Amino acid sequence: MSERDPEAVGNPGTGSPFEQQLEDAFRDQWGRVLALLVAQFRRLDLAEDGLAEAFEAAARRWPEDGVPTNPAAWLLTTGRRRVLDRLRAEAVAARKEPLLVVDEQTRQEASSMRADPGGLVGDERLRLVFLCAHPSLATESAAALSLRLVIGVPTADIAKLFLVSEPTMAARLTRAKRRLAASGAPFSVPPEGPARDARVGVVASVAYLAFTAGYAPGSGPDVTRTSLAGEGIRLARVLRELLPGEPALDSLLALMLLQHSRRDARLGPDGLPVLLPDQDRATWHREEIAEALGMLAPLAGQRLDGVAGEYLLQALIASEHAIAPTSEDTRWDRIAERYAELEELTGSPVVRLNRAVAVAESAGPVAGLALLDGLDDDLPHSHRLPAVRAELLSRAGDREGARAAYGIAIERCANDAERALLTSRRATLGTP
Amino acid sequence: MRYFVTIAYEPGVWSDASEETRTRYHEEHLAFHKAVAEHAHLVAGEALAGPETATTLRHSDGRPVLTEGPFVETAEVVGGFYLVDADDLDVMTGLCELLPKVYSLEIRPVVQVEGLETR
Repeated sequence: MSERDPEAVGNPGTGSPFEQQLEDAFRDQWGRVLALLVAQFRRLDLAEDGLAEAFEAAARRWPEDGVPTNPAAWLLTTGRRRVLDRLRAEAVAARKEPLLVVDEQTRQEASSMRADPGGLVGDERLRLVFLCAHPSLATESAAALSLRLVIGVPTADIAKLFLVSEPTMAARLTRAKRRLAASGAPFSVPPEGPARDARVGVVASVAYLAFTAGYAPGSGPDVTRTSLAGEGIRLARVLRELLPGEPALDSLLALMLLQHSRRDARLGPDGLPVLLPDQDRATWHREEIAEALGMLAPLAGQRLDGVAGEYLLQALIASEHAIAPTSEDTRWDRIAERYAELEELTGSPVVRLNRAVAVAESAGPVAGLALLDGLDDDLPHSHRLPAVRAELLSRAGDREGARAAYGIAIERCANDAERALLTSRRATLGTP
Repeated sequence: MRYFVTIAYEPGVWSDASEETRTRYHEEHLAFHKAVAEHAHLVAGEALAGPETATTLRHSDGRPVLTEGPFVETAEVVGGFYLVDADDLDVMTGLCELLPKVYSLEIRPVVQVEGLETR
């Protein structure tokens, strides 16, 4: 029920000045005001419902009364009243004494927000960020909850992003909120130190999942989901604002921007995925690439641990593609080096597979094939491993081996578009 | 918030451990106790005898039936528990990190059942 309002104001449709102002208020103020409501009432569910009703009231009253000079303070005061109404109703329902309402406090805090929109609110928002990305939640639940509560993405859109129905996503969000409350997860910023670094890493992973979900192969219309991946970027921008100078978040945002900059080149007119070397680089979003490169420049020489190191190396790899004027100019030797560092850091077989591709490009297919040895045990269900092997065998002149490997890849591949691509590749090898 | 921490581990973690390893486990438990005393409050905590000593009581057709052994056969056995009052989940998990790393710890809030508080 709390979902009606954000959806209505999130997509005003006509774009009149008032509706634009309401949408701006929604985008800018949702997370800030919600954080203050959670700070006061310690109830995620009530805070969310109360704020949604405040936006509903704004949609009714602002056109008549005019947009208030301080929309955030107006939304906060209205949201508080709605939460207090609900608390009173709960108290009555529980046959307990009605709650004492401290209206003076409400007024004071609303005016303190006017005076200090920075530090205080920033701290409350940060607490909300750490709560939504609490490590006791499954990463996907944390990602959905962060999109909903930190930046106010409508539940319907989050459902589309994660390829589930809206009621399923609403239930998942409710479960996550209940779980946080019941398990005693704190509404606080972890103290400085290794424990906090680890939590920033979790926050980053959660934001990255919110982004990559938009690119995960699925049955829905891909264009919608790609634009929803943009909400993951918006989340990362907010996180970076709240946690400035965290290399994990700088690297993460750079990585997302570089990947997102290629969105218009990913699919051909036939709907099939276009591989990196064949993409039309003129359609890459240059301003996003420039922004990412600017963020990476001060980090390039650093060696970072954990997720920060992973995101940095992945972003540096993506940046090599972004700066190559043509596919032939790609510095595969540098990419292969980065992948070697990434493999050392993560020990991941998927990274080794990517490293094999880079090595094949810079040192030939035989060198690449050598790196695939022993990967089959680690990736028994992967279609990419036989697909890469097939491609490299074909380049090394082993058509028979390549055909067989494509066969395995096609059998394992669950995505229609990718399978079509593999089938057409195999066809170019001719029949045995 | 009151948390019930169930300690589970693979059979043999304690019984097959060398004297040296046991001493280390003991020290880690002592470090946990010390940290709990500083940052939270220990309500109770006990080590349990082995699962082979367990007796399970169920009712069948309205009659109590006793069977030998624990009610679930799992790869890990419950070896003990702690009951701790801590401010929040982060404090509780931070304390639990001090316990031996071979344990799996299930951390669950205790709920107040209305009508049962007064005896």
